[in-house]
Amino acid sequence: MVLQEKARTGTAPGPGVVILRGTVQVLGELLITAGIVLLLFVGWQLWWTNVESDARQSAIIKEFAQDLGADAPTSSPSAPGAVNYGAPVVSAAPGHAGTIGIMYIPRFGANYTRPIVQGTTGDVLDTLGLGHYSNTAMPGAVGNFAVAGHRQTHGAVLDSIHTLVPGDKIYVQTKDGYYVYVFRNNQIVLPSRTDVLEPVPTRPGLTPTESFLTMTSCNPRFGSQERIIAYALLDSWRPASAGPPAEIAAQVAAAIGDG
Amino acid sequence: MYAWIFRHLPGPLWLRIATSVLLVFAALVLMAQFLFPWMSTFTPFTDSTIGSATQP
Repeated sequence: MVLQEKARTGTAPGPGVVILRGTVQVLGELLITAGIVLLLFVGWQLWWTNVESDARQSAIIKEFAQDLGADAPTSSPSAPGAVNYGAPVVSAAPGHAGTIGIMYIPRFGANYTRPIVQGTTGDVLDTLGLGHYSNTAMPGAVGNFAVAGHRQTHGAVLDSIHTLVPGDKIYVQTKDGYYVYVFRNNQIVLPSRTDVLEPVPTRPGLTPTESFLTMTSCNPRFGSQERIIAYALLDSWRPASAGPPAEIAAQVAAAIGDG
Repeated sequence: MYAWIFRHLPGPLWLRIATSVLLVFAALVLMAQFLFPWMSTFTPFTDSTIGSATQP
């Protein structure tokens, strides 16, 4: 650019032409910059937010494992039989952004371990993991334990929600024990359908007799016109002292280590 | 514009190149910290909750 201008100095351009040329050049450079910034934004949104959230969520799982202490067994000492441990223990809800536990969903991959954190505001969902709707029940309680998670970006914690098959196990680990939910069905609704969070999902006014797990995420992927809802029912419970269910023992050991 | 900035950076050529790299890096950090999170509020990817997105 500079060289070309020097080459043309034989016919000296008027001051108006110089100003015009400079203005056009600055404008062009600003437009190219805007284009590069937009491309960088796409990269940041689709790739970097996942890197950031995955790292943060691994750190939360480590903290949670440390809080469990060294005495938490990571393998089941007893044979995986149908031992009845009685009614599930329901812990008190932590404050906003407090860690409730870890969710394991083998259908989403052998390494699928995501923290469940109290609250569904942006600060929780964007970095900390699955967000618990604070006005719904806690894991194991009769009623509806409802969580939200991003389908895309920021860790994409529920990206594979549509791949769940009825009968799939969903494991929730808290400091008290392991809650085994069985996936029942999913539903695609409009974002205004708050009745999916009712104690008996979509049946306002009914008194619950069972423990539900409801997960909500964006639908379609990369869109937000609808919400995809996955419903599961509590199948069994075992206290932390009994160790994890045999099916996820390896995952638990990998996630929380040996205490 | 960028040529003008580069000409007006102080020091020898290697220092001006180093300063430019530093300035570009600073711009990237500022964008990732402030500009992109703000822009992302206009994208539909992060609406995964039912009802109001800013539920307490």
